Amino acid sequence: MRIGKIIRISGPVVQAEGALGFEMHELVMVGNEELIGEVVRIEGDIITVQVYEDTVGLKVGEPVKGSGMPLSVELGPGLIQNIFDGIQRPLTIIREVTGDFVRRGVKTTALPRDKKWHFIPLKKVGDYVKPGEIIGKVQETPLVEHRILVPPNREGKIEYIVEEGDYTIEETIAKLSLNNTKYELKMYHKWPVRKPRPYLERLEPTEPLITGQRIIDTLFPVAKGGAVCIPGGFGTGKTVTSHQLAAWSDAHIIIYIGCGERGNEMTEVLINFPEWKDPRTGRPLMERTILIANTSNMPVAAREACIYTGVTIAEYFRDMGYDVAVMADSTSRWAEALREIAGRLEEMPAEEGYPPYLASRLGEFYERAGRVKTLSGLYGSVTLIGAVSPPGGDFSEPVTVHTKRFVRAFWALDTALASMRHYPAINWLISYSEYVDYVEKWWNEKTHGNWKNLRLKALEILKREDELKEIIRLVGIESLPETEKLVLETARLLREGFLQQNAYDPIDTYSSPEKQYKLLYAILEFHNIALKAISKGIPVSKIISLKSISELARARMNIPNEKAYEIDNILKRIENEINSIMEESS
Amino acid sequence: MSIEYRTIQKISGPLIFVEGVSGVGYNELVEIRDPEGNLRRGRVLEINRNIAVVEVFEGTTGLSITSSTVRFLGKPLTIPLSTEMLGRVFNGLGEPIDGGPPPFTEEYRDVNGLPMNPYARDYPTKFIQTGISAIDGMNTLVRGQKLPIFSGSGLPHNLLATQIARQATIVGEEEGFAVIFVAMGIKHDEAEFFKKSFEESGVLKNSALFLNLADDPPVERLVAPRCALTLAEYLAFEQDMHILVILTDMTNYAEALREISAAREEVPSRKGYPGYMYSDFASIYERAGRIKGRKGSITQMPILTMPNDDITHPIPDLTGYITEGQIVLDRDLHRRGIYPPINVLPSLSRLMKDGIGKGKTREDHGPVSNQLYAAYARAQELRMLSTIIGEEGLTDRDRLYLKFGELFERRFINQGVNENRSLETTLDIAWDLLSIFPESELTRIPDYIIRKYYKRK
Ligand SMILES: Nc1ncnc2c1ncn2[C@@H]1O[C@H](COP(=O)(O)OP(=O)(O)O)[C@@H](O)[C@H]1O
Ligand SMILES: [Mg+2]
Repeated sequence: MRIGKIIRISGPVVQAEGALGFEMHELVMVGNEELIGEVVRIEGDIITVQVYEDTVGLKVGEPVKGSGMPLSVELGPGLIQNIFDGIQRPLTIIREVTGDFVRRGVKTTALPRDKKWHFIPLKKVGDYVKPGEIIGKVQETPLVEHRILVPPNREGKIEYIVEEGDYTIEETIAKLSLNNTKYELKMYHKWPVRKPRPYLERLEPTEPLITGQRIIDTLFPVAKGGAVCIPGGFGTGKTVTSHQLAAWSDAHIIIYIGCGERGNEMTEVLINFPEWKDPRTGRPLMERTILIANTSNMPVAAREACIYTGVTIAEYFRDMGYDVAVMADSTSRWAEALREIAGRLEEMPAEEGYPPYLASRLGEFYERAGRVKTLSGLYGSVTLIGAVSPPGGDFSEPVTVHTKRFVRAFWALDTALASMRHYPAINWLISYSEYVDYVEKWWNEKTHGNWKNLRLKALEILKREDELKEIIRLVGIESLPETEKLVLETARLLREGFLQQNAYDPIDTYSSPEKQYKLLYAILEFHNIALKAISKGIPVSKIISLKSISELARARMNIPNEKAYEIDNILKRIENEINSIMEESS
Repeated sequence: MSIEYRTIQKISGPLIFVEGVSGVGYNELVEIRDPEGNLRRGRVLEINRNIAVVEVFEGTTGLSITSSTVRFLGKPLTIPLSTEMLGRVFNGLGEPIDGGPPPFTEEYRDVNGLPMNPYARDYPTKFIQTGISAIDGMNTLVRGQKLPIFSGSGLPHNLLATQIARQATIVGEEEGFAVIFVAMGIKHDEAEFFKKSFEESGVLKNSALFLNLADDPPVERLVAPRCALTLAEYLAFEQDMHILVILTDMTNYAEALREISAAREEVPSRKGYPGYMYSDFASIYERAGRIKGRKGSITQMPILTMPNDDITHPIPDLTGYITEGQIVLDRDLHRRGIYPPINVLPSLSRLMKDGIGKGKTREDHGPVSNQLYAAYARAQELRMLSTIIGEEGLTDRDRLYLKFGELFERRFINQGVNENRSLETTLDIAWDLLSIFPESELTRIPDYIIRKYYKRK
């Protein structure tokens, strides 16, 4: 066995000498208590290890032992509904072992070994299976059929496969042979977290990830397989937005990574998701969700690892042919963990103390998003949604700037909007999405080809409002022509009746695509009708005091998705009321 | 008996570097005997081969390379714990300074604590009525929350903190409630003010004070909150008590952290503060909360003074990223005689939503708060505008908002230092103010609530 001797301890960073033959990113056991660590640097016979557990009491001279394996995750039934720490230890088991507070040194496997799963084989003896092929399935939860994959680095002819029945993940379910070598397959395999899983082909995204959040789906959509960043100062809504996406997105699997944030935010998901129902299936949301938690008071090095743990699990479900969405809140804490480790290694810093490889690490991470043709020929995707927490809310800081280079949608949260309680505080003037062209077809099919134009019209009115505000600052509102006053009113309707969406209102929290479209259509149609009235000399002030207008402004909270057609009725009333003012005045 | 080293090789700021050590554990407790023969304490920050870097809690003034000795105690800093610590006063290291005996107990615990397992946490949902409209109505505090006050020098944060400590109640409940007060580098008269106010309101016998004052050693500031929170955890999770921890002033704490970092010649991040300040703050703030199956709770109210009133300064910024909201005091409101000078716009309580509403406070609580926010934000915007173009340039509707803004500050935010408003009163004032608007302006409130509460003036 390869053993090094500790020569230096500085927080989560440990150096050992006499450590020959260790590999980069090898999993190691540190000290007499065998704390879990990973090799992050090798120089001659000195290795540097980042330790994923508290190093209090560790002494110079204690051993560091190699494991011969890179830091890996276990992939198989038992992942769904679980909550793991940054290196995939179930927090439920840690609690059983060390109580309500996390102590170090807990040795456990990620997946339960004793639980039996009902396995249904999909291949038979004599079949030849290729890497990544599906050989059977397990109904892991009512929402998720867990497809059992041949590991990406295995293939061969099936010599033996078990019958349908209940098995634990340690039981052999099939035997393969290839050129006289035999392999036993189990329902799970391991995969190194820092190595992207292979696929056949990368594909363009085509479908939107429907999130039920109006400003996102309609103005700044993300495609399945896309990468998005949500930057925002504290309290602007990164976490609520991430939670909303985890709850309502139409992905098959949700992986929520709490990276260096609050413990209570994980608890919140643990309490709500078993209760809340998936709008499409009526099943509890937890049945498709996996949580990874390294909260801000847990060991900092594991914060660096938790992002990779999460994305590797995501790729695994992608390889089954699923659409997976990953929320990482917050990637800044991951970057800061990198910085802290680099600082303790006395590496030369680049901007603001971050190591020079910050950008390339971010790039590698977001590259793991994508829609692919899997090894087994199915279509699957990983959508990555990363929150960024810029110091002082300043978007010119390194993590935001570099992240922007690797994502194609940017939902900029704005402190000013948040302080007005305009939620979600996504600033419509500086946010963008490059996925619009990809998802346009999908939307147009559902909206009589109208979506693209409505979207542009809405953005135009909002942009014009911004310009008009500048003008008002010079000349006051009263000197504006009536048509411009109408722009201000329509923009206000858009902001208050469409863009704002209260995550805590039972009706407003999730908007079906149909409701989104009808609301947007009604508001913009109001604009057209009102324009006509103005041309007949009716003042804007008279139009906007109509009762039906405030009905439209509150429709997002009052009209549930199933009754979206009522929005059409409001529009009719608006039309009638405006018509009758016109008749009165003529 | 452990070895006594006479091998201090270097003294730098609050740090000493001890050479030739062996068997020393990371973060363990250290005893230093100064040339006068007095003992000081410290802890190991780093070990590099046979050199240990030690941070000295009482500071290094008076230590010398030749005549000071060092012993490593093989365990981290602990404090004794017992319910008898209530009613007592301690220094930053948890030693009694009120002339009384040390607490009599077998129970000793590491002051650094352990991270609460997120899976073991119970979500805070119980509304604490503070009797202050700006908080109860719009930034509701719940039991187990960490809600800081962001203040500035000269603003009445102490007055507000004591008013909250005095008035905080859970309506309809009488349970073990205690205050733990941690002073970090504040002035004597400020500490005296808190003590006196606790005394007058009868909280003192149910409180423990950990005092590190302005002329006490800065490094001790890094330990004081940890001692206090260790006691808080014991009282909350083993003695079923509800603990309010007031920590003041976190700015002084951060300064001490920066001093250590500079002495270690670490690469700084913003404004010279260390890159790990976020994690360090978190190791304090995240010790608030509740645990499933246990009765007690820890509610934290840290106070910090924002350097130059700048909310983007790393100290408030990193705090805001960890705490569950913030109450922001405003110099302009203070100048205009509004007490408490809470600017609700940048203030926030992230846990409010789960503590309010039907069955908890009142069904209209959330929507009313949203509407007040929207209207006040609009009023502020128009105030700015009217200073440029004059009120004449505004519409009638806009002028209504200006009027609302004025009333809101004078009648809703403003209240007496001893005025303890019930939530009903707070919401009634709110409806009274909102009724100056026509119904069509109240777009944040669902129809059924408007029908029930809105009475147009
Ligand atoms: N869509 C929303 N609906 C209602 N409230 C929201 C919404 N988004 C944010 N908020 C409010 O803003 C607060 C802060 O949001 P949060 O996501 O925790 O911010 P961040 O993670 O950016 O610090 C929440 O506690 C909530 O009160
Ligand atoms: Mg957050």
